[in-house]
Amino acid sequence: MFARLVYESFRRQKRRKLLAGAAITLGVTVATAMIAVATDIGDKINRELRTIGANILVTPQEDTLDVEIGGVNLKPPSDGAFLNEADLPKIKGIFWHNNITGFAPMLPVNVVLSRDGRTENLTLIGTYFAKKISYGKEEFTTGVRSTHPWWEVSGTWPEDGSRDVLLGKKLAARLSLKSGDVITLAGQRLRVSGTLGTGGSEDDQVVAPIALAQEILVKPGAVRRVYVSALTKPEDALGRRDPKSMSGAVYDRWYCSPYPQSIAYQLMEAIPHSHAEQIRQVAQNEGAVLTRIEGLIFLVTLAALFASALAVSAAMATAIFERRAEVGLMKALGAGKFAVASIFFAEAALLAVLGGGLGFAAGGLLAHQIGRSIFNSEIAIPPVLLPVILAIAVMVTFAGSAAAIRNAVRLDPVFALRGEL
Amino acid sequence: MFVRMLVRAAVLRRGRAAAALFAMVVAAAVATAMLNLYVDVQAKLRREFRNYGANIILAGRDGASLPANSLSQLESMIAGHGVVAPFALVVARTGDGQPVVVVGTDFDRVRELDRWWSVTQWPSGAGQALVGVRAASVVSPKNQAFDLTFQGHSIRVTPAGTVQTGAAEDSRIYLSLTDFVAWTGVRTSTIEIAASGSPEEINSVLQQLQSAIPAADVRPVRQIMEGEARVLGKTRATLLAAAALIILTAALCVLSTLMGWVFDRRRDFAIMKALGASDRLLNGFFAAEAAGLGAAGAVIGFILGIGIAAWIGRVNFHAPVVPRFSVLPFVLAGSIVVTLVSAILPIWLLRRVQPAVILRGE
Repeated sequence: MFARLVYESFRRQKRRKLLAGAAITLGVTVATAMIAVATDIGDKINRELRTIGANILVTPQEDTLDVEIGGVNLKPPSDGAFLNEADLPKIKGIFWHNNITGFAPMLPVNVVLSRDGRTENLTLIGTYFAKKISYGKEEFTTGVRSTHPWWEVSGTWPEDGSRDVLLGKKLAARLSLKSGDVITLAGQRLRVSGTLGTGGSEDDQVVAPIALAQEILVKPGAVRRVYVSALTKPEDALGRRDPKSMSGAVYDRWYCSPYPQSIAYQLMEAIPHSHAEQIRQVAQNEGAVLTRIEGLIFLVTLAALFASALAVSAAMATAIFERRAEVGLMKALGAGKFAVASIFFAEAALLAVLGGGLGFAAGGLLAHQIGRSIFNSEIAIPPVLLPVILAIAVMVTFAGSAAAIRNAVRLDPVFALRGEL
Repeated sequence: MFVRMLVRAAVLRRGRAAAALFAMVVAAAVATAMLNLYVDVQAKLRREFRNYGANIILAGRDGASLPANSLSQLESMIAGHGVVAPFALVVARTGDGQPVVVVGTDFDRVRELDRWWSVTQWPSGAGQALVGVRAASVVSPKNQAFDLTFQGHSIRVTPAGTVQTGAAEDSRIYLSLTDFVAWTGVRTSTIEIAASGSPEEINSVLQQLQSAIPAADVRPVRQIMEGEARVLGKTRATLLAAAALIILTAALCVLSTLMGWVFDRRRDFAIMKALGASDRLLNGFFAAEAAGLGAAGAVIGFILGIGIAAWIGRVNFHAPVVPRFSVLPFVLAGSIVVTLVSAILPIWLLRRVQPAVILRGE
């Protein structure tokens, strides 16, 4: 009897059920999409922030001081210590390897450019452009094109194994050279594949594949420093602590959180004789910006949840209010308060589950669209969210209906049937 | 008579009218808060991005010094829209002949410009230096006073504290510009500027600087400007999407509440019609009622929404979100449109129905 009552109510009052169901679907759609966006926004903005450049710098442990002014290195190039290029793929072997979006080694050498009988002293920087590297079974491509995305090349990027170089924009203008020209650097004839604009000291320098720089310096495998771009978590009190002073459990928690400090620590473990440190300008501010944006989207998501809860409640209240006469009839026929209320709640639950399921799917699509159109990447909804969303939908629907159902049940059947309030 | 009917309608059915007004107020408040945040978030985030430090660098051509009055000239141009800090650099030798980069600067300005510097103690007097952490282990491992030599001139400085940045600053020694100039005779060669404003404003600042100080190379710090533009753009787009969804939901909430309310009053409608009211009068009556509700809800909601936006600004950005009164007309118009639609739609559906049928309760 109970099931039949509910079934008939759905069959005969299609319009009302459709309206309430639509409200629930829309509410759940908005809630799901916003929750998905809010959980993923940190990662998305983090990736955008990587355009500002690497946030961790790896240098040799026993290095001498850098003596560099305006991009001109005054330290004798063979002075100081080097890292070993063969150790670099190990960067992809650290605990947080999935958070490493790229790295680029740098090896500055001083070279002499001879041209028309005149000579000029320049700095040549050896690096990776977009080098294919494998670690274990994993293959990945890394280099300045991912760690320094603001570098602008007119012409073409050199191949990593080639003998092509990039000339800084200002240098090229000063020497009136263009891409395609051949220059003589340190006694070698090299082709200029393009000119490079960075807005920094590289505008006056030559950038080449690292093998070329190592050859000029006669130090195979030498790397002066490595810029690492990593997705990190804003540092908090735990992040700032010194790992040496931590007890076992706290240390594990610190080690397994992607703080800039713990990633730097893991890089030092991976690369022998190295010193890794966060570049504070990038890492610190990144944390601040990320915290602000995440906080903002979190608050906005709360507002969205509140608005959709309100919309669902309002739709349910209206739907039940319109059915006072029905309640009156049931009561006149001898139904108790409990029986009437349970019919309404059963209907509400059914609506919530149907609308919630549909809304979850629609919200997933919407989140996907937002991710595609704003961030050019996917925003995925973890399926574990479905029961949570459904439970919330049922709860909100119940809450919205409760007051209306109570009023309807309390009403004297005589008034309800006569249509008076 | 018309006004009396409107007032009585609201007073006699206080409960339902209050529910409709409540829905309207909430919707208008949420819409106001979202629009306000959307307008303001850019300014708020730009401020965060200024903590990245300089976005414009002005340097003498080929390392030459800048004209002596450059700093004061820049200061008056930027005035209040940013921070300016001068730098002068030389390579000096330490007591045991090691080369080290020594920089003269204005500590008060650097402190404001480069907030990410982790400094143990800023120098406060003459002869005090701020030493990079890597330089400190070379020149002054026990925090003792040390000598620096540049072109035969010597200076003895005491380290006030160390600076750690993870970049080039760690291997440098910073002195106050006065000490630096007295010792080396080398003047400011680089001025770093953190200018606030939109990309267009910063571009015009760039051009002004170039024409004001032709002896200098003016260049934007591209990675900062590009990163800022990207993050700001994406955040605003996300916020806009969220605002659209929230406002849609809120409008739906108003629509369903109000339509229920009007539908519920079909008896009033039928009686008026039976007593001879014209369709125009009825439409006008319900429309006026809806517009009044919409306007009242919008104004109360606007005030509430400003409050919410200010609260979010305080909690999240630690700065108040400025009330944007330019948002008010949009909220007001939007509210009235939504209420009108939700009032007129049921009336339009009922207009063909005979009053007698409604009054009989069928």
